[in-house]
Amino acid sequence: MAEPAPIEVRGLCKRYGELIAVDDVDLTVEAGDVFGYLGPNGAGKTTSLRMMLGLIAPSAGSVRLFGRDPQASVKALRGVAGFVEAPTFYPYLNGRVNLDLLAALDGDGAKGRIEEALEIVGLSHRAKDKVGTYSHGMRQRLGIAAALLRQPRLLLLDEPATGLDPGGMRDMRDLIRNLSAQGMTVLLSSHLLTEVEELCNRVAIVREGRVAYQGSLEDLRRQAGSGYLLRTTDDERGRAVAEAQPGIGDVRVAPEAGLSFSAESESAIGALSLALAESGALTLELSSRHATLEDLFFRLTEGEEAETAKRERALEGAA
Amino acid sequence: MNPGVLTVYRWELRKLRAQKRTYLGLGAAALVPIIFVVALVTQGDSPNDVAFGRYVHDTGLAIPLVILLFGSFWMFPLITALVAGDIVASEDRHDTLKTILTRSVERQQVFAGKALATFTYAIAAIAVTGAVSLDAGILASGFNSIVSLSGTRVSAGEGLVLVGASLLVYLIPIIAIACIGLLFSTVFRNSAAAIVGTLMFSLLVQLIGILPGLEGLGPYLLSTQFNAWQGLLRSPIDWAPIVRAAWVCALYGGPALIAAGLVFLRRDVAGD
Repeated sequence: MAEPAPIEVRGLCKRYGELIAVDDVDLTVEAGDVFGYLGPNGAGKTTSLRMMLGLIAPSAGSVRLFGRDPQASVKALRGVAGFVEAPTFYPYLNGRVNLDLLAALDGDGAKGRIEEALEIVGLSHRAKDKVGTYSHGMRQRLGIAAALLRQPRLLLLDEPATGLDPGGMRDMRDLIRNLSAQGMTVLLSSHLLTEVEELCNRVAIVREGRVAYQGSLEDLRRQAGSGYLLRTTDDERGRAVAEAQPGIGDVRVAPEAGLSFSAESESAIGALSLALAESGALTLELSSRHATLEDLFFRLTEGEEAETAKRERALEGAA
Repeated sequence: MNPGVLTVYRWELRKLRAQKRTYLGLGAAALVPIIFVVALVTQGDSPNDVAFGRYVHDTGLAIPLVILLFGSFWMFPLITALVAGDIVASEDRHDTLKTILTRSVERQQVFAGKALATFTYAIAAIAVTGAVSLDAGILASGFNSIVSLSGTRVSAGEGLVLVGASLLVYLIPIIAIACIGLLFSTVFRNSAAAIVGTLMFSLLVQLIGILPGLEGLGPYLLSTQFNAWQGLLRSPIDWAPIVRAAWVCALYGGPALIAAGLVFLRRDVAGD
């Protein structure tokens, strides 16, 4: 029988009174994925991660890590490690003693892995210093070391590069890449699209507690796709002409100005140009346009519908 | 071996050894008897209005007993609360609960380890006071026989055993205070509030004891149980106050400990 997926989340909700922090989230992270959990601050990413790690109880829904329920027992975290928000330690103990403590709570030979973990994150030279004297970046690295003690097959990292300088961010990404190359499944929560784009093969984009997109980055890029931008002297009429034109589809009000559409071929573009001229909606601009992943991200997280509706109302008013 | 309560307990003690408040509490437990004995020696007076007060210059055995009497008002509750009120709240202060609760020990094991470490500290504080006050007392007033509360003279050796037993009986209300401190620490998630809350609770119970019309409640107040050890210093030994202290303190401490445990098990570890 196939092993259950590292993470399976079904109908996950967390309500705080009227506030819905996480709203009916379904998520599947397959073995070997570097899964980006992407969304702006306050989208409910950290709350979801806390539920995945058994730190807070869901209002509804379920989490399974390798088929086990982290709400029922900490045994579900066998082979799982990570941190939510910034990793935290006892500031009055030094780095090595902090890891010693956590290794003792892990059992399973974790103590024997302390030196190696410190070596991997480059903290051996500061291991005897109290954590209270560590910089933010060093604590992040100690957090990774603490996670490695557990020899995880699944690593959950919440904004691991936040607050790091550019060099620290690069090192962190290299580390995640290396761990993934060794076969570790990683769930990486982030609000940085570039980070997710660089590291992840699959992604869930969350907005106001809900998953707005889930799938491979490849599919997402395809969705972002390419198209054309059209500005005319009369966009209302131009839209009607474009919608009626064979080979032209997806006609919509573009976020910046004018209309966007897709075309099956260049000849369809030529025919559209002629039809526009004949209708009296004279072309001011007609250019090919490549939507970036960023466009799509903002569309998904900030709500394209709202933006489009606003522009359409403005157009109707002008007409 | 899988990590469990014992692992958490050992590490809680290790954490306590690394924190100033532990030494503040144990230091106070050691310092107060020394200051008391130095004052007795230099001033030559004695606190005649408290039990055993008039014997402090006759025998060192009287010193720990007088300290136990004085200490019950706020000193020992405060020393106990210093750690009991902090042991969970400090995890909230450092936001470290998420760190230890995502390892391989269950929440109930973490709580049990913390409770045991709290009790160990409280026991250590009483032991330190007992040892220091006996040593300082014997140095100042000698190791002589003592007169019991019934007026009979007890040999120095037997008196020493009775002082040791008194310290043990004194631990009963101390453990109850520790349980209340743990509850406040778990519920308030703030050390200062939990420590002050525990002390206020202790003082409030004493206040109830002196309110007119409420004298009947006296035997069932937590503060009264701090005097239960005096039963040992009677001839014959009066076990009634000690037995009462056991069940009355269980009624205070037990529900507090259970409530603290339930809150700890069920709480969301959601950060600030």
